[in-house]
Amino acid sequence: MSITRDEVAHLAHLSRLALADDELDHLAGQLDVIISAVARVQEVAAAGIPPTTHAADLVNVFRDDVVVAPLGAEAALAQAPAAEQGRFRVPRILTEE
Amino acid sequence: MAIEAELTTLTAAQTAKAIAVGDVSAVDVTRAHLDRIAQTDVHVRAFLHVAADQALAAARAVDGRRADGQPLGPLAGVPLALKDVFTTADMPTTCGSAILAGWQPPYDATITTRLRRAGVVILGKTNMDEFAMGSSTENSAFGPSHNPWDLSRVPGGSSGGSAAAVAAYQAPLGIGTDTGGSIRQPAAVCGLVGVKPTYGGSSRYGLVAFASSLDTPGPLARTVLDAALLHEVMSGHDPCDSTSLDSPVPPVVAAATHADVAGLRIGVVTELSGDGYSPGVLARFGEAVDLLESLGAKIAEVSCPHFGYALPAYYLIAPSECSSNLARFDAMRYGLRVGDDGSHSAEEVMSLTREAGFGAEVKRRIMLGTYALSSGYYDAYYGKAQQVRTLIIRDFAAAFDQVDVLISPTTPTTAFGIGERADDPMAMYLADLCTIPCNLAGNAAISVPCGLAPEDGLPVGLQIMAPVLADDRMYRVGAAVEAALDARRGHPLLTEAKGLAQAGNAGGEAGR
Repeated sequence: MSITRDEVAHLAHLSRLALADDELDHLAGQLDVIISAVARVQEVAAAGIPPTTHAADLVNVFRDDVVVAPLGAEAALAQAPAAEQGRFRVPRILTEE
Repeated sequence: MAIEAELTTLTAAQTAKAIAVGDVSAVDVTRAHLDRIAQTDVHVRAFLHVAADQALAAARAVDGRRADGQPLGPLAGVPLALKDVFTTADMPTTCGSAILAGWQPPYDATITTRLRRAGVVILGKTNMDEFAMGSSTENSAFGPSHNPWDLSRVPGGSSGGSAAAVAAYQAPLGIGTDTGGSIRQPAAVCGLVGVKPTYGGSSRYGLVAFASSLDTPGPLARTVLDAALLHEVMSGHDPCDSTSLDSPVPPVVAAATHADVAGLRIGVVTELSGDGYSPGVLARFGEAVDLLESLGAKIAEVSCPHFGYALPAYYLIAPSECSSNLARFDAMRYGLRVGDDGSHSAEEVMSLTREAGFGAEVKRRIMLGTYALSSGYYDAYYGKAQQVRTLIIRDFAAAFDQVDVLISPTTPTTAFGIGERADDPMAMYLADLCTIPCNLAGNAAISVPCGLAPEDGLPVGLQIMAPVLADDRMYRVGAAVEAALDARRGHPLLTEAKGLAQAGNAGGEAGR
């Protein structure tokens, strides 16, 4: 067992996924199988091999700082789940405690 | 009606020429394909959204330009099926996810813009595995697409909708994205040509991100030349994408018309064969190797010893990047919002929304990526996978010192049945066994049809891999294989697809 159900529940919290209990059980088993399989990378990746973060060998990409028209509040808010007074309306971010 | 049915069987190159010389109008071509979609999509389910009005308007604009004597591009008036991962300001963009159902983006992706400028007619948006995670389209929140060769089978994925549309003659061209094989694998199992260009050769601006260091847009088509024509229209440097390569687009159209492999050194990858490959796939692949030798290529076996570790490395790197990229779906600025009733905090709303809006595979990958990136596990998983990525790149470099291109089967098996691997993630992941190495290394690869597997009569794909920015080389090989096999067979392979005819489709068989 490479990952416990409690760890999976913690991962769900970190991932901001309100998983149901049965979903958690099902995923815990599957993640265990997958993590065991992908752990094979540890067999060959010896010390001293540099990591590759990206396939394209690009460093410090710049472009001209050209002024373009912004999206505009109306377009930006058009697909918002909720908007109020020209702004995104969000649920409360603080608890009352 | 007879003429309209015929219009859907033309290649993109033939269609563009017929429009340019005035044999047919772009509007008639578009109508014929919209009719074909109306007749067949009840069986294929390739499209999530058909944009008939916008398509006809785009076609009218091409006809107008021709009437005014303005020059037309090489694909002006040609219809195309666009994967629903590219933003379109006049059509919804859902990525196959409930979290984005009905979302209308405020801007066009660079590739969308380039298609419009070239006069390519976008027919609509095609089905896909949710956020491009999957190999079958079964992970779409809107149900699976069906393979036109056998409607009970998957069309591959994640770009399965675009592949199914092109294979069903609903459009001569499609665009997909390839993060681990998501263009080449559906192309292989639908009997099409599918291309993953060199990473950075095609723009990611306006592409809803899955794994940003791997995501590569590319063409799907019924012929190698059509794929090349689309490759040139959609590619090139984009200042809006910081990983876009500021280099000339490789001359792929010229290469596709230069179907000659005499003297070319072709390497067969030792590690992409053996256990887990179906006999029909190996038989057709072996024949393709013999064919290339008979055409004058020099064949050698080449070992890439770390390719066996590409799949595990990919299933750490791609989920890691996905867990970060998909954090943007926070229920605040766009998409679904669940639980906003005054009793839940923003964070609770976020978690409830993501629980309701994401499907099982997306959740699996977000959690896997969160695990691989979390402190205490980062070095053992994500860090090691990045080192394997270096080893894969070194394998390619050593191989391309010996040979000009590498070849392998595109997929270990032909199209599997809908439902067969749906809740078995490891079995599903194996569909990308042969295609993943090129994503990790960023080099180019193409899949071209190389016959049918005797055991099930379904298409087999030949994968040709080329070095970074040598995309033209693989088109040359692909065109040679296509020409030789078509000549031997006497007709294009796709005309043998019978799935739709057997479904009692009113449009009849789409053969030539």
